[in-house]
Amino acid sequence: MAINDYTITDTIDITDVTCPVTFVKAKVAIEELEEGEILRIHLNHGEPLENVPRSLGEEGHEVLEKIDNGDGTWELIVKRGAD
Amino acid sequence: MKIRIILAASLKTFTDRTPEVALEADTVSGALQALTDEYPEAARGLFDENGDLRGFVNIYVNDRDIRTLKGIGTPLHDGDEIFLIPAIAGGACESVISTERMKAVTIEEKEIRRYSNHLQLKEISIKGQKRIMASRVLVAGIGALGGVVAERLAAAGVGTIGLADAQEVTLEGLQTQTIHSTRDLERPRAAAAKDRLKKLNPLVTTVAHQEQLTGDNVEEIIADYDIVVDATDNFVSRYLISDACVLNGKPEVFGAMYQYEGVVTVLGTKDGPCLRCLYPSPPPAGIVPTCAASGVVNTLPGIIGAMIATEVLKLITGGGEPLIGKVLAMDSWNLRYHTLHTGKDSGCPVCGRSPVIRAVQDIDYDDFCGLREDPDEEPIDLIEPEELARRISDGDRITIVDVREPHERAVHRFPGTLIIPIGQLARRQKELDPEIDTIFVCMEGKRSILAIRTLREAGYTGPMYSLKGGFETAAQIIFPNEGAWL
Repeated sequence: MAINDYTITDTIDITDVTCPVTFVKAKVAIEELEEGEILRIHLNHGEPLENVPRSLGEEGHEVLEKIDNGDGTWELIVKRGAD
Repeated sequence: MKIRIILAASLKTFTDRTPEVALEADTVSGALQALTDEYPEAARGLFDENGDLRGFVNIYVNDRDIRTLKGIGTPLHDGDEIFLIPAIAGGACESVISTERMKAVTIEEKEIRRYSNHLQLKEISIKGQKRIMASRVLVAGIGALGGVVAERLAAAGVGTIGLADAQEVTLEGLQTQTIHSTRDLERPRAAAAKDRLKKLNPLVTTVAHQEQLTGDNVEEIIADYDIVVDATDNFVSRYLISDACVLNGKPEVFGAMYQYEGVVTVLGTKDGPCLRCLYPSPPPAGIVPTCAASGVVNTLPGIIGAMIATEVLKLITGGGEPLIGKVLAMDSWNLRYHTLHTGKDSGCPVCGRSPVIRAVQDIDYDDFCGLREDPDEEPIDLIEPEELARRISDGDRITIVDVREPHERAVHRFPGTLIIPIGQLARRQKELDPEIDTIFVCMEGKRSILAIRTLREAGYTGPMYSLKGGFETAAQIIFPNEGAWL
């Protein structure tokens, strides 16, 4: 699916921070949403891309898609899980 | 049955400092009898004049309170351990912070990084951190213990921290305190702590209550807070705070230290006990030295203070297993930890089924803690330090008895005295000459009074005096030029 096919509730950019703040920022942003709403996360290739989706999955959220921007950054599409 | 009795530090006074006694007994009552046969002085510490177990001593068999077993009739088995734990001055539950208050908090950019450790933890996470930021905690007593608690809570991001303390920073306090610095000497402890917390975390609000908690002000002060931490160092404050917390529905985290040992527990919750459930009455004044008179290893406040702060965080977040109905007792020197199970006393005068205490104003806490003279009791004669100094220099025939503990005598020497620890007085009264005046000396002038009462009860009839204010007050008068005072 392309990015425009999702109804995005909120977007954050975590390319300016490193682990663990990447994960913490993503976590704070997604918990502000209601269950089922979608967060778009702009993040760097490498460690953030390996860790942030996995950690959000462990917290009960659903990673719907990872989209490669081709410039070393990615868009992560995550659906807010239940509490 | 071969069993062991393990004594907390303040009771070792009665057993020649023995921390552990191996005995043969079939019941708790038999074990206590065997203990007092071996150490007759222990009887005075454990039993009142009617032979009943004193209210400030709790007995556990293998970590179970005997009140939940068969009392002193509880049968024993080979290898059982009996713990005697006196009061010292020193399950998952819902968060005390409502969901509405939690939701009203937003976590800003600057807070994400500052609080990132707790935000990463699944058990605290965003909601827990918001609850911490919404919470209001009063810390009563900003000494070694309360200082550590206040620092940990400020760094954690507790929204408002109250600092209740009427004392000033002293040089003696700095070895055990981290919240105060040398440059804070003689400043009010609450104000100095407020400055320190501001530097540690400018995002939290701190309120200094520079006053002694009393029956008249305690309810007004605690009204603004969700949780009260009792890190005070005296029984009057401890019972006052516990009663006020029960009567005003505030949970309390209680911590105390003595030398190398500490205890932590949560009191005043709906289903848990209060201080009076655990210890219906404080020890008689003077029988247990306050921590000011007994010293504390300076690493202990860090351990016990951090444990108290952890309990506060558990109550705020509603997570983990708080010490409700449980007392954590640790001996840092011999590395023993025990979680002792306690329970609410249905007959408790404050939180029981038919409470008789309904307002803190109704209670005279000084009287309850034995700090007022009993008008029916024969008065004790006091001797002024100047008078004692004169009699020593005149070479009067008098006996001076030092009833302090060995560690107190090692620091502050009083040459030319007869040394009899308080627990041995009755047995060694023959060493005193009833024809001449005997003067009793302790650290603060309280245990010397207890010593005189003990000897009177034991039938000693010679003239006895207590040194007014104890060695602390008298040292510079009696030894103006000597190095006895280190």
